[in-house]
Amino acid sequence: MKEMLNIALPKGRLGERVYRMFEKAGFECPLLMEDTRKLIFENEEKRVRYFWVKPSDVAIYVERGAADIGVAGKDILLEYNPDIYELLDLKTGKCKMSISAPVGFRDDPRKTLRVATKFSNIAKNHYMKCGREIDVVHLNGSIEIAPILNLTDVIVDIVETGKTLKENNLEVIEDIVPISARLIANKSSYKFKNEIVNCIVRSLSEQIDSEESR
Amino acid sequence: MLEYSVCNPEELAIFKLRELFLNYGFRQYRMNKFEEYDLYVRNKEFLISDGVITFTDTNGKLLALKPDVTLSIVKNATFENGVVEKVFYDENVYRVSSGTGSFKEILQTGVECFGDIDEYSLFEVILLAFKSLSLLSNDYLIDLSHFGILSDVLNESQIYGEIRKRILTAFKEKNPHELNAILSEFDWDPSLVETLTSLMKISENAPYAIKELKHIFVSEKALLKINLLERIVNRLEKLGYLDRVRIDMSLVSESEYYNGIMFRGFIKGIPMRILSGGEYDSVIGNMNQFGKAVGFAIYLDLVEDIMDCPKNYDIDSVLLYNEDESLNDLDQAVRELIEKGFSVRACRCIDPKIRFRELYRLEKGKVELLERNA
Repeated sequence: MKEMLNIALPKGRLGERVYRMFEKAGFECPLLMEDTRKLIFENEEKRVRYFWVKPSDVAIYVERGAADIGVAGKDILLEYNPDIYELLDLKTGKCKMSISAPVGFRDDPRKTLRVATKFSNIAKNHYMKCGREIDVVHLNGSIEIAPILNLTDVIVDIVETGKTLKENNLEVIEDIVPISARLIANKSSYKFKNEIVNCIVRSLSEQIDSEESR
Repeated sequence: MLEYSVCNPEELAIFKLRELFLNYGFRQYRMNKFEEYDLYVRNKEFLISDGVITFTDTNGKLLALKPDVTLSIVKNATFENGVVEKVFYDENVYRVSSGTGSFKEILQTGVECFGDIDEYSLFEVILLAFKSLSLLSNDYLIDLSHFGILSDVLNESQIYGEIRKRILTAFKEKNPHELNAILSEFDWDPSLVETLTSLMKISENAPYAIKELKHIFVSEKALLKINLLERIVNRLEKLGYLDRVRIDMSLVSESEYYNGIMFRGFIKGIPMRILSGGEYDSVIGNMNQFGKAVGFAIYLDLVEDIMDCPKNYDIDSVLLYNEDESLNDLDQAVRELIEKGFSVRACRCIDPKIRFRELYRLEKGKVELLERNA
């Protein structure tokens, strides 16, 4: 009997959007989109099992083999550097990792730059490349408040439309890296479930190419 | 006589593998728990993780708990024409766990082969990798590659430094998007782009992959390496391992520890590689020594997931006694149960965490069976 392919999807709009892609690829699981508190869904006929996972945890589930494949944002992959295969850029959930500061901010290179962020590793790596001395203040939410209250000088965070920044009188001063959703795979699962994983990659890739050529 | 039933999965694995390595003429190598920290400073690019646990010895010397075994074994290697040193080990190493971010003790076994290595010696080590995994599981695969093929492509195009690291990382992650992004940053020769992109895609059954490689590369230098891979695959096929081997050119050495043939083993049910090995002549060269080297390590801390046979009971028998019982009677009752082949825990009350099959009580010198669980 063929085994199930375990797929970790990030809870939220991104996960729903990506599920539609899997559905179009022929790996549907209709119950998944119903309004329910259930977290695990199976389609025995297609041999797939989906589960909803906190977006920042998808990479852990995949790295540790609880999920064979999953969808995670590039921000999470850069921050936690999991040992996985990054098979495909799904070209959805696009945003960017940027440095933002109060409008009119001028960096004084004589001083240690105070940086508020949820993404400490991304921030440290970026500033290390620049050779800039920083003091990282790790926060878990509402990062935009930090420079307003003079907790820090700047923030490193995801920017999508820029509306939150604008409404808090902040502006992007530098882009670090573009972010989008990525299809990732456990390295061991990729070996043993190669056929179905490659089938999914091909199909999702065709959908992305078709969307881009419109 | 060693009873396998009393061994935990790692111990069982060590004994099985030790027998295998001894049969192939490898000598056991026992080493110190500690190594001079200087060895790792001089060779830090060859270490898997950054952290090293250090301490100052009584004579003021800075020592380290070993994060690596290979460096300790090969540091004193000597070269003699025609001589190949073959050793195996089972040792604990201390590294930073990527999962927890803190130090972890990892039980590791493996083989090292160094000196005037010929093709047979290289193949023997690869064969031992296959035989090792077959002792641990029926369901395993080994990826094989030759890092020299990619390395030559990068060297010939003079790709070094940060760009080289990024390309190697993209290969390691099987990340075609990242590779394309790197290649589109500069005005590379289109044939280089085509070569790298095609090379990354090769991850399949060995004979087909060899054909693909011969299609991509025509230079004598590359063909020497591809032909070596082909000979190895052919020998593995003759010994019945063809369905266990895949050629995967995304198997690269980011730190360039390995310089030639590389292999990585996976067992179904274990989420990460359990075996890692390859040719590491560059490590020998870095120590200003001559000769070649090849070896592999098996990470036994991962074995427990697949070898553990869950037991229904922790102990066969619990023997309850009161404090006023004669110690002689108690000792005799315990010995008699043990002689019957049971494991016995004598105690004054039942520990709710312990699962037992039979419950006895010793009262006034007589043993009575109170309970038997199915």
